[in-house]
Amino acid sequence: MASHLPPKPTPQHSTATAGGMAEAGHARPRGLMRWLLTTNHKEIGSLYLIFSLTMFFIGGIFALVVRAELFQPGLQLVRPEFFNQMTTMHGLIMVFGAIMPAFVGLANWMVPLQIGAPDMALPRLNNFSFWLLPVAFALLLSTLLMPGGGPNFGWTFYAPLSTTYAPPSTTFFILSLHIAGISSILGAINIIATILNLRAPGMRMMDMPLFVWTWLITAFLLIAVMPVLAGVITMMLMDINFGTSFFNAAGGGDPVLFQHLFWFFGHPEVYIMILPAFGIVSAIIPTFSRKRLFGYASMVYATAAIALLSFLVWAHHMFVVGLPLVAELFFMYTTMLIAVPTGVKIFNWVATMFRGSISFEPPMLFALAFVVQFTVGGFSGLMLAISPADFQYHDTYFVVAHFHYVLVPGALFAILAGAYYWLPKWTGHYPNLRLSQWHFWLSVIGVNLTFFPMHFSGLAGMPRRIPDYALQFADFNLAASMGAFLFGASQLLFVLVIIKCVRGGEKAPAKAWEGAEDLEWSVPSPAPLHTFETPPDFHPHQH
Amino acid sequence: MRTLLAWIAGGLTSVVLTPVALADGWNMPVGVTAISRDIYSLHMIIFWICVVIGVIVFGAMFYSLFRYRHSRGAKAATFHEHTSVEVIWTAIPLLILVGMAVPATATLKNMYDTSEADLDIMVTGQQWRWRYEYLGEDVAFTSNLGTPREQINGTGEKGEYYLLEVDEPLVLPVGQKVRLLLTSDDVIHSWWVPDLAVKQDAIPGFVNENWVRIEEPGIYRGQCTELCGKDHAFMPVVVEAVKPERFDEWLAERKEAAAQEASSADREWAMDELMERGQQVYGSLCASCHQEDGQGIGNFPALAGNEAMLDDVDWHIDRVVNGVSGTAMASFRNTLSAVEIAAVVTYERNAWGNESGDSVQPSEIAERLADQGE
Repeated sequence: MASHLPPKPTPQHSTATAGGMAEAGHARPRGLMRWLLTTNHKEIGSLYLIFSLTMFFIGGIFALVVRAELFQPGLQLVRPEFFNQMTTMHGLIMVFGAIMPAFVGLANWMVPLQIGAPDMALPRLNNFSFWLLPVAFALLLSTLLMPGGGPNFGWTFYAPLSTTYAPPSTTFFILSLHIAGISSILGAINIIATILNLRAPGMRMMDMPLFVWTWLITAFLLIAVMPVLAGVITMMLMDINFGTSFFNAAGGGDPVLFQHLFWFFGHPEVYIMILPAFGIVSAIIPTFSRKRLFGYASMVYATAAIALLSFLVWAHHMFVVGLPLVAELFFMYTTMLIAVPTGVKIFNWVATMFRGSISFEPPMLFALAFVVQFTVGGFSGLMLAISPADFQYHDTYFVVAHFHYVLVPGALFAILAGAYYWLPKWTGHYPNLRLSQWHFWLSVIGVNLTFFPMHFSGLAGMPRRIPDYALQFADFNLAASMGAFLFGASQLLFVLVIIKCVRGGEKAPAKAWEGAEDLEWSVPSPAPLHTFETPPDFHPHQH
Repeated sequence: MRTLLAWIAGGLTSVVLTPVALADGWNMPVGVTAISRDIYSLHMIIFWICVVIGVIVFGAMFYSLFRYRHSRGAKAATFHEHTSVEVIWTAIPLLILVGMAVPATATLKNMYDTSEADLDIMVTGQQWRWRYEYLGEDVAFTSNLGTPREQINGTGEKGEYYLLEVDEPLVLPVGQKVRLLLTSDDVIHSWWVPDLAVKQDAIPGFVNENWVRIEEPGIYRGQCTELCGKDHAFMPVVVEAVKPERFDEWLAERKEAAAQEASSADREWAMDELMERGQQVYGSLCASCHQEDGQGIGNFPALAGNEAMLDDVDWHIDRVVNGVSGTAMASFRNTLSAVEIAAVVTYERNAWGNESGDSVQPSEIAERLADQGE
């Protein structure tokens, strides 16, 4: 076993000489080239985070175009053609450009620091996987300017709307997804290689922080399903450009096959966007409860169980396509099962807080809001699992409410919690407390005002993806639109917090939070460019 | 902090519970079929299960947040696992789910039993309208959005059933088991009426089945729920449920009208007549893509001044009858009568400054359709 491990740095390879070599051996490029050529996990992590924040605002502006049009019944601001491009681009940008890269950025920064590794296992590959992303998304955004407009078939791009009936720019959309997919696969390989090979001596798998565990499992999910996505979009490419009929009924193809393939990718994909969030929250809640995480082992097993189940539930997105009864029952039962490991996680977080010593710093506020709001999304998920009832819920705003609750007040809040938690480590300063609290409260109010009324409009009968609606849905949409603008505007505060935190603020010590335990808190704040060049002394937590 | 937490807890509870009290317009409709009532009760059971779990979990959480605050001098305990508790909170949800799966399975089996129907309706989705065919009865028609464009564009006041009204509703008899056979001519659509608890995708190349037995006469409204292109929001479903006697009368009237329409194809039609009828057909079927003024939009070509079309009347008729494969242009062979095809072609050749002067006679079209049919 040991012979397979990469060579460990020798004792004489000290911090001073390593730093000296880096400075003298090859002069570090400055300016733009520094960022273009960097192989440092912290710099690449920052690039990922800045990229995802940029995409978050672009995708957010698209969402606000949608919400502005839906502010009242009737067509006021945009034509339906453009509206469909906005909903599609909003979904694609947020899923592939904002949430996923944000988690990869956090993994880049924190996984090596949490396992005591000097860097990612494959630093050049790391650089490549990041720089693919700006290319992919520049290409994707450019389709909006092409003749016939950008993708207008929803982020799920069901065939044949996305093939036979799609705008000419669809080929570019496929190419951009391919590039983003390659980036994800390479990133996942890197994370797996890092976690399996570069842990500090003495750190067993069951000693790893949960953020590392959840990312390890997420990376396996990515490797399993991104090729399926690549396959399905290649089939689309063939249908559009080379006369095949994979999804074209007129040529003997099968439009439902598209949905099976898409959701075989798509369902694990939604867990890819939530498992690392579980990891972040599992770091923050114990820290601010000053008490060890309750049920560490069951957290790991629950994460693995959710990941395995994610391959067996895909057709619950397809309850009304006319599946046979047995398939309908199978996917209903497996989907309901997901509630069990998910419930275990929530109970464990609450048990961690029980008899703790709790304080409410900004990371904790976001983590607590995550627990409550993600649970609300979990409840509507449980309702959606009931297949007969799904015949009423399917493709309505109830579904929109559900997946936004797990993704925005869920996953996004966990990312924000993680950012507040680790900003002192990244910048050496605490984020401004007052501004952070304003950001938190305005976000909570805005996000719930946006998404909670959608449960009602969906139950009352409003379909998804429509630019105009019947009059009985007007009040719900009015509230949602006001909430969306409040939520969008309050994210500018987050940018302000980051800028102020980078520039200055209260100095943070190495261990920035009283109850924090993991290895990242043993290096100085801000973390120097090179850390753990000699492996740290790791003392297992006797989990 | 304390008042704030109380305020949040109170707010959340009221936000969750008010709609149940208000019910109408905030919740799923109970509907007018046995299945819709079963689904409604499943929905309410699972909802209340969620509320109970929520109260327990959030109660425990907010109690801990309040009771074990660092600022109150709370000292953290050191426990971090407890096997029996963990087994219990894995097992209890599992049991609740099994309890939930039983009635859900029964309802689902019932929904899938499409046997022994009294009436079969073929429902075909088309961008962006529904076509209904009463199988074995020689009655078929398309059902288009009834809301005028002015209301959508904001130049007219919106009516009570804005976007939920059609020119011709699907008429069904109450008390009879009606089987719906759903398919599509172009992209995937989904036919949904909340009060009937029927939602089923209409997929090209597939025929899906569902069924409904409506218990009360009335008008039930719904919409397409699968994104199907730009006018996805503008293809409502309206079902008019009537007593069986009334339904039989209605069916007889429709058969009569269809026979008249067929026979009127034999006579000579005047230009004015054709133009008037053509404008009607164009407005309901063609204008959503090619636009009211014939100028087209995006990928949809302009018809005003379209030289390929004006040069060759046969080419023009062929496109309307057979559609253009690989594009959104559908075939109207089965959607339109010979009279309607003749009228719309004539209209397109003589409207918006097109001055071909051609008038296409229904008899020519009828002949052509008969030839191609062979």
